[in-house]
Amino acid sequence: MMLSGTVWKYGDNVDTDVIIPARYLNLSTPEELAKHCMEDIDPTFAGAVQAGDIIVAGDNFGCGSSREHAPLAIKGAGVSCVVARSFARIFYRNAINIGLPILECPQAVDETESGDRLSVDLRTGTITNERTGRTYHTSPLPEFIMGIVQSGGLIPYTIKRLQGRNR
Amino acid sequence: MGHTLAEKIIADHLLNGPAEVWPGDLVEVHVDLVLANDITAPIALREFEKLGVQRVFDPAKVVLVADHFTPNKDIKSAEQCAQVRRFARELGLPHYFDVGRMGIEHVLLPEQGLVAPGDLVVGADSHTCTYGALGAFATGMGSTDIAVAMATGQTWLRVPETIRIVYYGQLQPWVGGKDLILYTIGKIGVDGARYMAMEFAGPTVDTLSMDGRFTMANMAIEAGGKAGLFACDETTRAYVHGRVKRPFREYQADPDARYARVLEIDASTIEPQVAFPHLPENTRPVSQVGEVRIDQAVIGSCTNGRLEDLRIAAAILRGRRVHPDVRCIIIPGTQQVYLDALREGLIETFIEAGAAVSTPTCGPCLGGHMGILAAGERAVSTTNRNFRGRMGHVDSEVYLAGPAVAAASAVLGRIAHPDEL
Ligand code: SF4
Repeated sequence: MMLSGTVWKYGDNVDTDVIIPARYLNLSTPEELAKHCMEDIDPTFAGAVQAGDIIVAGDNFGCGSSREHAPLAIKGAGVSCVVARSFARIFYRNAINIGLPILECPQAVDETESGDRLSVDLRTGTITNERTGRTYHTSPLPEFIMGIVQSGGLIPYTIKRLQGRNR
Repeated sequence: MGHTLAEKIIADHLLNGPAEVWPGDLVEVHVDLVLANDITAPIALREFEKLGVQRVFDPAKVVLVADHFTPNKDIKSAEQCAQVRRFARELGLPHYFDVGRMGIEHVLLPEQGLVAPGDLVVGADSHTCTYGALGAFATGMGSTDIAVAMATGQTWLRVPETIRIVYYGQLQPWVGGKDLILYTIGKIGVDGARYMAMEFAGPTVDTLSMDGRFTMANMAIEAGGKAGLFACDETTRAYVHGRVKRPFREYQADPDARYARVLEIDASTIEPQVAFPHLPENTRPVSQVGEVRIDQAVIGSCTNGRLEDLRIAAAILRGRRVHPDVRCIIIPGTQQVYLDALREGLIETFIEAGAAVSTPTCGPCLGGHMGILAAGERAVSTTNRNFRGRMGHVDSEVYLAGPAVAAASAVLGRIAHPDEL
């Protein structure tokens, strides 16, 4: 699965409250949530983000509450992938479960700037910065996690598997 | 190279296993038990329905407990419970616990023998980590995760690194599991064990009761931990004997296991601890608290609502009176704890002292009901979180402590060491 897009870069400890502020938790579709994505850290984001763009961030991305709305908002905004130095645990799970690919790669994060174009090969875990020409290798997502992401999340993935079992 | 407790339990639950696992590996596992409560189950059930399955993977391995807003505090919570109750009936779940039989889930499940050593348990509640006291790998997850685990009996995990904490030295009087874990969180911080399993070990915890161990494992999440584990020993075996009715497996960490960090703590120097608002890491020894007047004292919750906790509180309240400015609320963790406390005369002691005793419920712990704080009010509480507004108004304050300090504070009207009485 090849992805490529323009980078939006953020710092450490981007929490779920800035990804999607609590005042919007009465919304639940990815499209509605997307309109307010990153609003409290970067008001320009929701209006300018293009399908396929990539968020690059520092340590502990997605810390805070366990709300599944946070990865849903990012996915709804069209972001194809998040690359961070590290992720908060429940965000990590929730992102995979709703089908948002995420990769941990500190070196790529340190050497990437906003506006760069990255291409990401999820199958091999390779990240290439088209501006610098540098390539980074991180652990690829394992087979079944790829399966979840490609199915669009844990629920559709599980439905497929359950059907396969009954066949 | 050897393995930690968490690695060994996960390795034996692999779908394509058993095989060796290492920290960072993403793996698929079988689960032994799936848990949800009256506030997390409704969301999980919605996702479950999307799966289009007609049954859970094994009705005996899905546990639903109505403990947060029960006995129902309002219409909305009554409707949530009704939904969960209906689901439990329709799917024929034998382990659905309702008012009159229920208790706070993390006190109830071990007491009922539903969790065994060596189990892998997932729950839609962050304090699912409590069962690590039994030598099980237990962790909290989101609603989608739990829906799928209910349907398939499987989940995926990232194998955590482990931080091992070794306690040595004799405990001072009135110091228990709560003080050890508060002290530890104060040392490593609320993200000191992020992504990690915490392994509690050493001569001091070897002598700790099961109730004290549950208290410690319960708060692993307050250090960011994914699980908090104790190895199985005589104390564990004595506890599960007669409760757990199925075969189980005991695990020990290998002597050459690889840890992210090993911390040694001289427990003999630890005083009773108090965590100041608004984070569990803001801990101080009780001697350095200063003058903190309180309006309410809460003794209960999945952290300290067990019989041993109530015995400690009763030992302090016996023959004394709760301070006239304080509301003291005591909540036994389960019906069984309540009954045992009643038979031992503890309930009588509490009522004679001027405390309110409630049927089991989470209640005030999460600011649900049964003791909400007004603006400017302060509570000392044996619960596990003192986030802003956790027990009521955003301008109220919660100080976390063990049952001894909470009971002594209730009598003196300010946060106090039991020796001050
Ligand atoms: S007692 Fe408090 S922390 Fe424990 S399960 Fe209930 S609400 Fe959660």
